Amino acid sequence: MAVVFEKPHALTDVPFHYCPGCTHGIVHRLVAEAIDELGIEGRAVGVASVGCSVFSYNYFSCDMVQSPHGRAQAVATGIKRAQPQDIVFTYQGDGDLAAIGTCETVHAATRGENITVIFINNAIYGMTGGQMAPTSLPGQVTQTTPYGRDVKTAGYPIRMCEMLSTLDGVALAQRVTVDNVKHVNEAKKAIKKAFENQINGLGYSIVEVVSTCPTNWGLAPADAIKWLQDNMLPYYPLGVYKDITASEGGAKA
Amino acid sequence: MAEKVLMKGNEALGEAALRAGCRHFFGYPITPQTELSAYLSKKMPKCGGTFLQAESELAAINMVLGAGATGVRAMTSSSSPGISLKSEGISYIAGSDVPCVIINVQRGGPGLGSIQPSQADYWQATKATGHGDFQIFVLAPSTVQEMADFVALAFDTAEKYRVPAMILSDGMMGQMMEPVSFPEETEITQHDKSWAACGHNNARPHNIVNSLYIEAKDLEKTVIERYERYEKIKANEQRAESYMTEDAEVVIVAYGASSRVSRSAVDMARAEGIKAGLVRPITLWPFPVDAIEKTVANAKQFLAVEMSMGQMVDDVKLVVNGRKPVSFFGRTGGIIPTPAEVLGEIKKLAGKEA
Repeated sequence: MAVVFEKPHALTDVPFHYCPGCTHGIVHRLVAEAIDELGIEGRAVGVASVGCSVFSYNYFSCDMVQSPHGRAQAVATGIKRAQPQDIVFTYQGDGDLAAIGTCETVHAATRGENITVIFINNAIYGMTGGQMAPTSLPGQVTQTTPYGRDVKTAGYPIRMCEMLSTLDGVALAQRVTVDNVKHVNEAKKAIKKAFENQINGLGYSIVEVVSTCPTNWGLAPADAIKWLQDNMLPYYPLGVYKDITASEGGAKA
Repeated sequence: MAEKVLMKGNEALGEAALRAGCRHFFGYPITPQTELSAYLSKKMPKCGGTFLQAESELAAINMVLGAGATGVRAMTSSSSPGISLKSEGISYIAGSDVPCVIINVQRGGPGLGSIQPSQADYWQATKATGHGDFQIFVLAPSTVQEMADFVALAFDTAEKYRVPAMILSDGMMGQMMEPVSFPEETEITQHDKSWAACGHNNARPHNIVNSLYIEAKDLEKTVIERYERYEKIKANEQRAESYMTEDAEVVIVAYGASSRVSRSAVDMARAEGIKAGLVRPITLWPFPVDAIEKTVANAKQFLAVEMSMGQMVDDVKLVVNGRKPVSFFGRTGGIIPTPAEVLGEIKKLAGKEA
C-alpha cells in the first residue's frame, strides 16, 4: 500500500498531550517538516520552554534542552556558542517569551544570535490555567482579569515582531497563523526560512504564530479559530516585519 | 612548574580556566570580580573561545546551562548579589545534572551591601544555592595560588559527578596580588559526555537535558540517585588543611581570607605558649568532617572565625556534636578581622584574658 501521509521523522512516536483544537500540534508538525526537509535533525538542538510546550522535549526527535521560564534564548545562546555547527531553535509561548523572558528575547535578538525562535502567541498562560498573558487583548477575560483586561491597570498587549523588527541583529521577524490551509502553508514557509537563515549564518530569526487555546479561552475548537480571526488577527496583523533576505520594497506580505 | 608570576586572584582564576580547557565564559559586570571578566575578554578571542557579556546574571547562568548541556566546560563569575540572581539557573543546572563552574568573589550583604570582602554567602553556597533538594561542590581558596589550582579541580569534580561546582572566594582573595605559578600543562581528564545534547548526528536516540519530572515518583527516584552521588562526593572529595592541630587545645576553624588571619593568630598564640591550631576547610561542601573530627579528642575549645555573623560555625557544631564547646568570632559588612582580635578570642578561650 502506498503511504500518502506520515508523521515527520523529526517527531517522535510520543502522543501529544495538547488539548483538542490547540494549534501546538500543527506548529510542532511544521517545525518537524522543516527539520526533515533541510536534513538537519542530526545537528538540531531544541530548547523547550516553561509552559504547555515544555514537553516538546519528548516530541521532537532531535536533542533537546529544557530551559527555566523565560530563559530559553539565553540557553539557546549557550548551546549555539558552544556548538556553532548545530542548528539551535527555541519553542516558546507568550508568557515565556514576552513577559518573564523579554530581556533574554530582546538581547538575543539585538546580538544577532544565530538562532531560530518559534513564538506561540495565544494570548494566555495555558499550562497554569488561563491567566492574563502579556499578549492578552484589551477586555479579554482571563483567570486574573475576571472583569476583562483593563488597560488602565493591566496595561496594553505587547507586539513582539513589531518591536524586534527595529533591532539590527534581526534577520527575520514574521507573524503567521495556522487557522486555514493557506495560512498553514505560509507558516511552513516562514518556519523553514527561519531555519535556512540560521544555516546561512544570517542571524536571529523569529516566527510568531498566532495560536489558539480553546480550553482556557472557554471555546470549542472551531469557535476558538473564529475568535482568533475576529479578535487576535486585527490586533496582531500577519506579515513580514523584517526580512533581510527580501529585495527592497518587497518585504511586507 | 613554570616560574612564578605576580597576579591578582581574579586574573589567576581566568588564566586557570583557560588552562583547564574552559573556552566558554558568560559574565555580567559586578565588583569585585571585575578583573576576571576583563582578563577573559582579552584572552578568550585569542584562543577561539567564547567571551560573552550577557544582559544579566540570569542570562549568563542560563547560557552556562546551554553550553554545559552540550558537554563543554562552561564558566560564569559574579559576586554575592549576582549569585542570588544566578541561583535559579544553578538549581536548574543541578537538576539537569550539567557540570559547570561558578565563581563567587564575595562582597558584603545583604542587598547591595558593600563591595568589600565578605564570607556571608556560606549558607547560600553550601545550603541554599537555589530551590529544591541539591548540593553543589564548593571550594574555598585561601591564596592566589589556590585560586589558580582550584579551577581545574572544580571542572574535573563537576564533570566526574555531574554537579555544578563553585569557587567561593572573596573580594580580598580576588583583588590581592601574590606570586603564582601554573603547571606547564594542565591535565584534563576526559569524562563521559554521552548524555550531552549536542546533536545526535543520526547515530543515537535523542538526548534530553531536563529537570522536569511530572510524576512524583520519578522525581523522587532521580533526586535519590543524585544524593547517592553526593554520598560519594562526601566520601571522596573532602579537603582540608590542618595547621598545628596535633596537640591543639584551642582549635580554630576558618576558611579563605579569615583562615589567613587565623593562621597568624595561631602563631601569635603559640608564641605565648597557648596550644592553638587551625583546621582550614578547603571544601566547604562537602564539609571536611573528617579533619575536624580528628581534633575533637584533644581539643578543649573550638572557635569558628568568619567574615560573617556566623554561618559555618553551625557545621562545626554539627561535627563536634556537643562534645566540646564551640564559639564564634567574626566581623561582617566587609570588615576583615585582625590577627590581634582573633588572638584575643583565643586567649579568652584558653583562660588567659587578652
